[in-house]
Amino acid sequence: MSLTNMRNFVIVVVLGFLVSACATGGKRSANDWYEGTDTVKFLASGVPDRIFFATNKSSLHTAAKGTLNKQAAYIKKSGLSVVVEGHADERGTREYNLALGERRANAVRDYLMSQGVSGSKVTVISYGKERPVNPESSRLAWSQNRRSVTVKAK
Amino acid sequence: MKKIFLILFISFFTTKSFSLVKIDITRGNLEPLPTAVSNFYIDNPEKLSAKIKKLNLEKNLPNVIKGNLNRSGLFYVLDNKSYIQKPKLSHLKPRFEDWRLIKAQIMVSGKLKIDDKGRLRVEFRLWDVVSGKEIEELALFATPSSWRRIAHIISDKIYQRLTGEEGYFDTRIIYVGESGPKTQRVKKLAIMDQDGANNKFLTLGNELVLTPRFSPNGRMVTYMSYFKNLPRVYLLNIETGIQEVVGDFPGMTFAPRFSPDGKKVIMSFARDGNSDIYTMDIKSRRVEQITSNPAIDTSPSFSPDGRFIVFNSDRSGLQQIYVMRSDGRGVKRISRGKGLYGTPVWSPRGDLIAFTKIHKGKFYIGVMRTNGTGERLLTQNFYQEAPSWSPNGRVLIFYRETAGGKKGQGASANLWAIDITGYNEVKIKTPTDASDPSWSGLLSK
Repeated sequence: MSLTNMRNFVIVVVLGFLVSACATGGKRSANDWYEGTDTVKFLASGVPDRIFFATNKSSLHTAAKGTLNKQAAYIKKSGLSVVVEGHADERGTREYNLALGERRANAVRDYLMSQGVSGSKVTVISYGKERPVNPESSRLAWSQNRRSVTVKAK
Repeated sequence: MKKIFLILFISFFTTKSFSLVKIDITRGNLEPLPTAVSNFYIDNPEKLSAKIKKLNLEKNLPNVIKGNLNRSGLFYVLDNKSYIQKPKLSHLKPRFEDWRLIKAQIMVSGKLKIDDKGRLRVEFRLWDVVSGKEIEELALFATPSSWRRIAHIISDKIYQRLTGEEGYFDTRIIYVGESGPKTQRVKKLAIMDQDGANNKFLTLGNELVLTPRFSPNGRMVTYMSYFKNLPRVYLLNIETGIQEVVGDFPGMTFAPRFSPDGKKVIMSFARDGNSDIYTMDIKSRRVEQITSNPAIDTSPSFSPDGRFIVFNSDRSGLQQIYVMRSDGRGVKRISRGKGLYGTPVWSPRGDLIAFTKIHKGKFYIGVMRTNGTGERLLTQNFYQEAPSWSPNGRVLIFYRETAGGKKGQGASANLWAIDITGYNEVKIKTPTDASDPSWSGLLSK
């Protein structure tokens, strides 16, 4: 086999990997956050309770902002107080994940406030990796567990 | 918790002649030392109450010693069935040729006695079978119910005599006992002897508890609890059972450890999405902020002299290990390899830092020098983290999780220990699943 042929062969193998990764990832996007609806609950009709994050990240992507816009409108209209829970997947050290969950919950709180929600209506709590929603050890489960969940305050 | 009454080291006989037998623990020990541990003999069996007789100390006390020596990986205890000489003569006048015959290089013998005050007196001797000499002798008194501690102290003595380093058997482990499904895990503080005996749960499991760590004297524990859904660092006195929250922080505190003098708790405090490192003086309640950085700074651990702090931070973008002076100045990154680094813990000897490394989807426990050079990875697995040092700095205990299936089936969490040589990886048995282990110092120190 000549060297050029070999290089082509390598490229084909790499592409094959990408395709299979997408296939097994299900609704996980190439961006590594979950985009499906499997675990999602609703604060009210049409108001999803959670958004999802990329590995080790707390930034809000466009779809997440869309969900939070709905939450903000709902909180303002109903006058409810909410708790934002921050969660991490099981693929990090426990202590770092506690901090990461707190960072994610605060990213959500900051965004809700930027949409006019009063800070006094939103408290945060981090559960780190302690309360996964999907107990499986798989990429899909991990993407579902990297989340914030907005719940009504008791 | 009941106070342990124990009187120790009443008589230290002369340290006997120099032994020919020695163990070099700086290298991986692939050939453990063939060791005989004779049953002990009872000097005054007529004085034993039925209750004490039931303890079967003449067999069970040496059995605890055997377990310790075998688990250390440095000794190989030969089967009792091969022993030719009886316990009493083995202790008083051993026939070394009998012990050489079964290829023992050292032999442990002992005598038990209940004295007039009802105390248990244990006398033990360590024999160098090769040179035919006694090399150690020790007598201990204790209440009969603390016989296990006597066995651990004797084990430490044997370890010290043959390795030249302090032992780690008279110690305890505090950890988190786990049960229930992964999505609703119940977690309880648990404490046990280093060999898994005397396991006790210290909390009921009504709230999540995480990352317990012993104070240097072993009487206090600092840990994190979700009591009333307010995640905070707590102090627990394990003798009185009294617990209290550490400081008055308006947000989550976590990742606590004691300073080496036991006077401060160092921990992270998270506010507005930013975690920094703080200390609180336990007596004066004075709080001091040590780091101030928009990144996550957590998992702090003091050097044994108290002058430095090692911690992990994602200030470079990803989790890495840093060292700074105890006032927070002079921050220097020490982890240089590929991957993420977390949970750094300073060795009690001061020379090494143990850590968790995450690289290409695998988790490693490793050690590096305090300047970050000489990184050595000891073990690789699907998930493991949170190493804690044995008091002599030779062994690390950590926890390991296995992967869960569709409904989390097959997922487990267990305690493991490994020598810093990378040899002798052993699972530590616990009554339930277990995580977040912390090793106490020597109890008799």
